[in-house]
Amino acid sequence: MAQTGLKVVLEPIVSLKKATLRFGERTLWEGLNLSIKPGEFVAVLGPNGTGKTSLLKVLLGLNELVEGEVRINAELPHRGNSQVGYVPQQKAFDRDLPIRGRDLVHFGFDGHRFGFVRHDKRAWQRVDEVIKEVGAASYADKPIGLLSGGEQQRLRIAQALLSKPGLLLCDEPLLSLDLKSQFAVSELIDSYRRRFNTAIMFVTHDINPILGMVDRVLYLVGGKWAIGTPHEVLTTESLSRLYGTPIDVLHVHDRVIIVNANDNGHHHIDKQPLETQT
Amino acid sequence: MNLPFYLSQSFAQHALLAAVIVALICGIIGPFVIMRGMAFAVHGTSELAFTGAAAGLLLDNNPLAGALFGTLLFASIIGLLGVRDRERDSVIGVILAFGLGVGVLLLSYYHGFAVEATNILFGNIFGVSNGQLWALVLIGIVATIAMLVMYRPLLFASVDPDVAEARGVPLRFIGLLFLLVLAFAVTEAAQIVGTLLVLSLAITPAAAAQKLSARPLMITIISILFALIASVGGLLVSLASGTIKTSVSITTISFTIYIIARLFSHQRGRAKQTSLLTS
Repeated sequence: MAQTGLKVVLEPIVSLKKATLRFGERTLWEGLNLSIKPGEFVAVLGPNGTGKTSLLKVLLGLNELVEGEVRINAELPHRGNSQVGYVPQQKAFDRDLPIRGRDLVHFGFDGHRFGFVRHDKRAWQRVDEVIKEVGAASYADKPIGLLSGGEQQRLRIAQALLSKPGLLLCDEPLLSLDLKSQFAVSELIDSYRRRFNTAIMFVTHDINPILGMVDRVLYLVGGKWAIGTPHEVLTTESLSRLYGTPIDVLHVHDRVIIVNANDNGHHHIDKQPLETQT
Repeated sequence: MNLPFYLSQSFAQHALLAAVIVALICGIIGPFVIMRGMAFAVHGTSELAFTGAAAGLLLDNNPLAGALFGTLLFASIIGLLGVRDRERDSVIGVILAFGLGVGVLLLSYYHGFAVEATNILFGNIFGVSNGQLWALVLIGIVATIAMLVMYRPLLFASVDPDVAEARGVPLRFIGLLFLLVLAFAVTEAAQIVGTLLVLSLAITPAAAAQKLSARPLMITIISILFALIASVGGLLVSLASGTIKTSVSITTISFTIYIIARLFSHQRGRAKQTSLLTS
């Protein structure tokens, strides 16, 4: 296996070694080891406040580790890294926000940079190209505030993919979308990573919409963590160990439901249920 | 009509130049003021321009320097507190109320010409001296260059702050920078329309422009154009009439443009709806 030819291909895009994040007295996670290969789809799960979003912020260069090291493509994370795309949760725009869908996508090119505005024809060509790739061409010229949540998310994904990043960070991108849009948006992200070998880190409180797509799951609970395939991590034993309390992992049809065994099965583990569908 | 005669006089030419500069900078900042929900911040800044101008008048007979100091101080306080939107408005309200009180106190100690005091409130573009004019030009150029340099990240931060921050836009820094430019712009506008009527140049043209386009750059261009029509047009009207104060004609033209833009966009919206229904 130690062939030099393969080594280049297997170079991880994300590498965290003994990484610890702490805010004041509160330790979010410690000793985290994580290595993500290009094209890998990793879901990040866990209750609220366990540092899922903070992990993404470390990779965006917005939070700094207290201990350990982090590398993206063998470099330190830094703000405005074109190797990293970011898709947030859907948040409705003002209805009369004076900006079109394609303007939002164009921010992905140089929206963060200071300096005089110049009309760059190639940038707008790339905007057109990526809008077509995410299937948003028919509404890209409309004011963003008039679009549906699903349409807005497509455009945000287009923005994140504009610079052809090797790593796409998604922070609850399906939240507040209807089921049909949830499916369409996760399908879009998955097909894009297959085509362009983009690594995905996908923070979510509900694994089910993406269960069939993910390669591995990173599960964070109260400073501790577990990583592995969904079959390894989403088990009664593994999660009970992680939570330090008996947990039942149920498989109903194609879905995974996680419940606290001590709670008569009526309540979910965290305030935000892992399984939202009723 | 003695308009051509007036226009050959240097006082009117100064006024015209000042009107153009003010329109330019107000036209540029307007769309951002609206997008960032900062109309109240503009109002607060201009009230503090009043306090500063009153202090400047009292201490050194220089209301312009005083106004600039007042607005910059106010902008720095708001910016450095780095308060969130909702809290920002209450902080502005608190400071603005106190600032106005101080301004009234300062004016009560001023025993010069009463007209100087009303000029602060309602503006007097024809009273601009040579030195003040160059100060206005300089402030205008600095503010315009600052806006051009930060246009992209400011737009990004105004539209989608979370993503902008993730992509590396320093939100607090750019917020503070915009407040400082706002202080410059308000100081300028206050010289022309007075501290009470600054919104007619800093908000109204941009609000009208937003009714006509959804393209950020186009809105900025239309907003500058409307601000120019209002300020230069208002100036010419008041020169020609001889009795109407400039601030009155400027606010009237500005308001009229807004009404027309609203009606136009309403009509267009209805036309679109009917075409959808019939197709």
